[in-house]
Amino acid sequence: MADGIHQAIETVFRIERARLIGGLARLVRDVDLAEELAQDALVAALAEWPRTGVPTKPGAWLMETARRRAIDGFRRQRMRARKHAEIALAQDEADDGADALEAALDDDLGDELLGLIFAACHPVLPPQARSALTLRLVGGLTTGEIARAFLSPEATIAQRIVRAKRTLRSTGLAFEVPRGAERQPRLASVLEVIYLIFNEGYVATSGEDLIRPALAAEAQRLGRILAGLMPEEPEVFGLLALMELQASRFAARTGPDGALVPITDQNRARWDWLLIRRGLAALARAEALGGADRPYALQAALAACHARARTAEETDWPRIAALYDRLCAVAPSPVIELNRAVAYSMAFGPETGLALLDAIERADALRDYAPLPAARGDFLFRAGRWAEARHEFQTAASLSRNARERDFLLRRAAACGG
Amino acid sequence: MRVMVMVKATEDSEAGRMPPAELLDAMMKFNEELVKAGIMLAGDGLKPTSEAKRVHFDGTKRTVTDGPFAETRELVAGYWIWQVKDMAEAVEWVKRCPNPMFGPSDIDIRPLYEMEDFAEITTPETAALERRLRKEMGG
Repeated sequence: MADGIHQAIETVFRIERARLIGGLARLVRDVDLAEELAQDALVAALAEWPRTGVPTKPGAWLMETARRRAIDGFRRQRMRARKHAEIALAQDEADDGADALEAALDDDLGDELLGLIFAACHPVLPPQARSALTLRLVGGLTTGEIARAFLSPEATIAQRIVRAKRTLRSTGLAFEVPRGAERQPRLASVLEVIYLIFNEGYVATSGEDLIRPALAAEAQRLGRILAGLMPEEPEVFGLLALMELQASRFAARTGPDGALVPITDQNRARWDWLLIRRGLAALARAEALGGADRPYALQAALAACHARARTAEETDWPRIAALYDRLCAVAPSPVIELNRAVAYSMAFGPETGLALLDAIERADALRDYAPLPAARGDFLFRAGRWAEARHEFQTAASLSRNARERDFLLRRAAACGG
Repeated sequence: MRVMVMVKATEDSEAGRMPPAELLDAMMKFNEELVKAGIMLAGDGLKPTSEAKRVHFDGTKRTVTDGPFAETRELVAGYWIWQVKDMAEAVEWVKRCPNPMFGPSDIDIRPLYEMEDFAEITTPETAALERRLRKEMGG
């Protein structure tokens, strides 16, 4: 029985934790202290709730308890300042602190979580620190879990998080949701972090497992939270749509032996139709909000072309090619150029694709990038030029850092005959 | 993990009695919380079984029966699909749900089979192990 209530309290705390830390960080302007205060509130709950039962609004109870402790902390600081006859300035500051905390008690509790997400993804932090801090503060992952997910030593991740918290403290960040001119660039950083976490799970760039589903699932959850909290932001829905649609193919993406299965060969019955429905709905929302031509929504629209085709043969490749044209216009990148070449090869034949690849190779931005020779190999194979195709697949395999991907490319090379 | 959260039927739901406005309102707020927490994947209310059909299987035989069905408390009146970390989290969220019915009622939480559950069956290692065991057992 006692175990039961303790587990229930721990679970309630886990549910409330991020919002709690967000609200507290806003008060004390220090994530570390906020985490500590939240932990104190949990200890208080573990002492009190077994007796009183879990309150009807446990989140509010935890917040109130932690805030009271924060105020007490400020008062103690002030007392100490008196005792030690510190200079008057220090005392004034402490007074201000306590007053600000009391005033904040009446504040609206609506968007603490959002404020915390924006803080963790702040552009002052290095990109790697942003994802680690987001997973720690918002996702509630332990340092060890984050280290395993990113295949990094735990000490590296721990240090990254400590430094990031220190940076946030020294910049005096308010943990508010940015408004005005600051909002769009800050939001772009949030979306970038979430998509980076998703991709780290979706296509592991190194290691044996092609998919680390837990990380992708966490990114999807963050995307869903964001969509719930920012229902008017088109790119939030664009990103959510992209993630739901890509994740809908997880189960079909690897064969029974763990090998990669290309989209045109996937068993569509194994696609997750609930996620497809959610992805298409999110895409429709992004488009309705006027975001059809933004990068994430365009990529989601591309994924939707596959989701809508009942068989691989029904895929609307000319539409995919046209979407890549638009994507190249709004978010030009060599990788997107490469994907565009693949789409053109499917829509208009391998020779068209090869011509586009020549242009990409001349630009030389994708040197040593395995997907480039892999695409060339595929086009040559489809054009019946097997010897050249085999050479390209072998080159691609030697460049790939993912064991599963390498196996796939070597099998394709072997299929070109000897 | 994914769970299906099933609101069990009552005499009232089977009679098609619509819940009062306050309950609908509370339910809407609860749904909003689920969305903001990022756990809601899907959800719907089901019409009473007076509008349902049942197909009975027995070998190659199929028999179709019209609703309503008798075992009221075993029927489902509505469902959600949630993405949660574990069953404990699902339980805590269900506790926050307003009582969906006029009188006493039940909500069942059932975990869905996931990709990993099937991976166990299909890995080459387990397949090989199974073959070896069969051989050892003389099968």
